[in-house]
Amino acid sequence: MNLAEAFTILFVVAGIFFFVAGTVGLLRFPDTHTRLHALTKADNLGLGLIAFGLAFRMPDVWGVAKLGLVWLLAVLAAATVAQLVARAALDRLPDLDEKGGAR
Amino acid sequence: MTAAFVFDAMLCLLLVGTAVSAVAGRDLFASIAFFVTYGILIGLAWLRLGAVDVALAEAAIGAGLTGVLLIGAWSMLQRRCGDGGNDPAMPVLPKLAAAAVSVTVTGMLALAVLALPVGAPGLVPLVTENLSESGVGNPVTAVLLNFRAYDTLMESIVLLIALVAVWALTPKELWGGVPGLRQHARPDGVLATFGRLLPPLGLVVAVYVVWAGSEMPGGAFQAGTILAAVWLLVVMAGIAEEPRMSSRLLRLALVVGPAVFLGVGLVGAAFGSFLGLPVDFAKALILAIEFALTFSIAVTLALLVAGTPREGT
Repeated sequence: MNLAEAFTILFVVAGIFFFVAGTVGLLRFPDTHTRLHALTKADNLGLGLIAFGLAFRMPDVWGVAKLGLVWLLAVLAAATVAQLVARAALDRLPDLDEKGGAR
Repeated sequence: MTAAFVFDAMLCLLLVGTAVSAVAGRDLFASIAFFVTYGILIGLAWLRLGAVDVALAEAAIGAGLTGVLLIGAWSMLQRRCGDGGNDPAMPVLPKLAAAAVSVTVTGMLALAVLALPVGAPGLVPLVTENLSESGVGNPVTAVLLNFRAYDTLMESIVLLIALVAVWALTPKELWGGVPGLRQHARPDGVLATFGRLLPPLGLVVAVYVVWAGSEMPGGAFQAGTILAAVWLLVVMAGIAEEPRMSSRLLRLALVVGPAVFLGVGLVGAAFGSFLGLPVDFAKALILAIEFALTFSIAVTLALLVAGTPREGT
């Protein structure tokens, strides 16, 4: 196993850890905003680490650039959607309180 | 190869699991979520089978666009019925009939697959042999737009008919209005920023996907979905409005793709065979058809999502 392969395994495993942690948070956290917090960590860090790890296996610089672009677009979309979901959830908070607090 | 086998086995289990959850679930919204997940997994399965073109189309149209259409239908049901359209009192007979039809079709498909000769190369040698005459290097595009262009022409027309069916549901007093719901994006919000940031990149990617389609995986349906998504984002972000249903330009945009396709086919008919492309001009003609189709598919898909006109326009 050479150094590049070791880096790939290290960063991909670290990325998978963030995805698992994000998924656990999504399932276990009590309300929308904390769940979003967990989910966006998986999207940003998890995908970022996996893309970084896979970059060591790319044949040329273009492949690395494409991975970077994929990560950048996913982060942009995730951040935007997280904002929108959070705002929509904010509007519904009083409604939730009437039913006995956030679930 | 054991790692690959474990991956494929897990993929198959997940496919069956998400499919069952999508069909058998009681909550309509959860069913839609499972259906979208199922579409993504199917895309992955096509990728494992080496069919990148199909994987792209499945992810874009099967999971993405159909998911948006289903969520749109769900929210409309919720607004009209109040309970998200979950009807507990659905009669047993239609359920049984639907199950019987599904089981029969699945059984017939299984029989058809099992009846295929094992180990036979199918039509692959025939396509490979004639690829140089098709004008393109991607065998899938060669089949879709040259060897079996008939099917693709029909597909593009079916899409148009689907939109005609949606438009036919328009109440008489709203005919010709602006399709879709009124959008409430804040002008300085994140969605407005995102809606300005992404479209230039989306346009470049869409044009690239059509252009690449002649030599690599890609093509009109995939690129059309990307374009439609870009336009939907622009509309949702409140940057532009959908054109009126009565707009002549809009209707021209809807038919230009199938019309160019049909026109090339008719010219071919005059010189020998319907939809037959002369070898010397095949690439140029295929690209012309693909670009026109991409544009029309994008407009059609975006309008399918928008639906019927809103009130008070």
